[in-house]
Amino acid sequence: VSLDQYLTLATLVFMIGMYGVLTRRNAIGVLISIELMFNAVNLLMVAFTRFVSPQGLEGQIFSVFIIVIAAAEATVGMAIVLLLYRGFKGINVDRVNFLKW
Amino acid sequence: MGEQIAFYVLAFLLVAASIMAVTVRNIFHAAIYLIVALFSVAGFFILLHAEFLAAVQVLIYVGAVAVLIIFAVMLTTRLTDIRVRTQNEQVGIGLVVAAALFVTVAVTLYSTAWPLSDVPAATDNVRALGRLIMTRFVLPFEIVSVLLLAAMIGAIVIAVKEEKKDEGSS
Repeated sequence: VSLDQYLTLATLVFMIGMYGVLTRRNAIGVLISIELMFNAVNLLMVAFTRFVSPQGLEGQIFSVFIIVIAAAEATVGMAIVLLLYRGFKGINVDRVNFLKW
Repeated sequence: MGEQIAFYVLAFLLVAASIMAVTVRNIFHAAIYLIVALFSVAGFFILLHAEFLAAVQVLIYVGAVAVLIIFAVMLTTRLTDIRVRTQNEQVGIGLVVAAALFVTVAVTLYSTAWPLSDVPAATDNVRALGRLIMTRFVLPFEIVSVLLLAAMIGAIVIAVKEEKKDEGSS
């Protein structure tokens, strides 16, 4: 298994997640897609650590930080989803456009 | 050979679960497919000799983030009416944009000569990781813990219900 296969796989998963972010109406669906994108980046980081600097481990450290930040993002995102549900009686993001001018 | 088979099985699982997670109509099923994708990423971490990250992936992503998402699904959507439209009118353009970006990034990745190294992976990754986090990366470690605390307090402040303010002296 070479680095190129991991690169292709991670890019594919990232783009699937981006497609989900662009097309989902449900705010929770958008958050699920964002988690997929985070995971693709983590996979890329770990693959680079394995194949480019196996003794360095810096990529794995970055991965740990990305996981922590993704957890923080999920927490705040869920709070915003609950707030939207309370205010709009629904969580479809195309109805929540009060910040648009 | 075994590594090859494991790679392709996990890759099929990951891609199939990802596609299902972004396209399936029922949002609860999407969360379940997300869990499958997260588990297969943990499998890839084991395949890449990142055992600590595999454990962290299962504990934090599958254990905390996925459960948080399922909590939000249960608290907000009505699971019975799965007939509602779950995708907006950007499906075509979203597909085109994602495919174009995939081709661009893949061509760039393939045409770059990575400085590959043939050194075998370190065996006791966990000890080396802990040492690195506590020495070279101690400042980002502390900053990210403060960030986590701030996100927690912010989530509580955002999600808490407004109490009636007219009671008492205020």
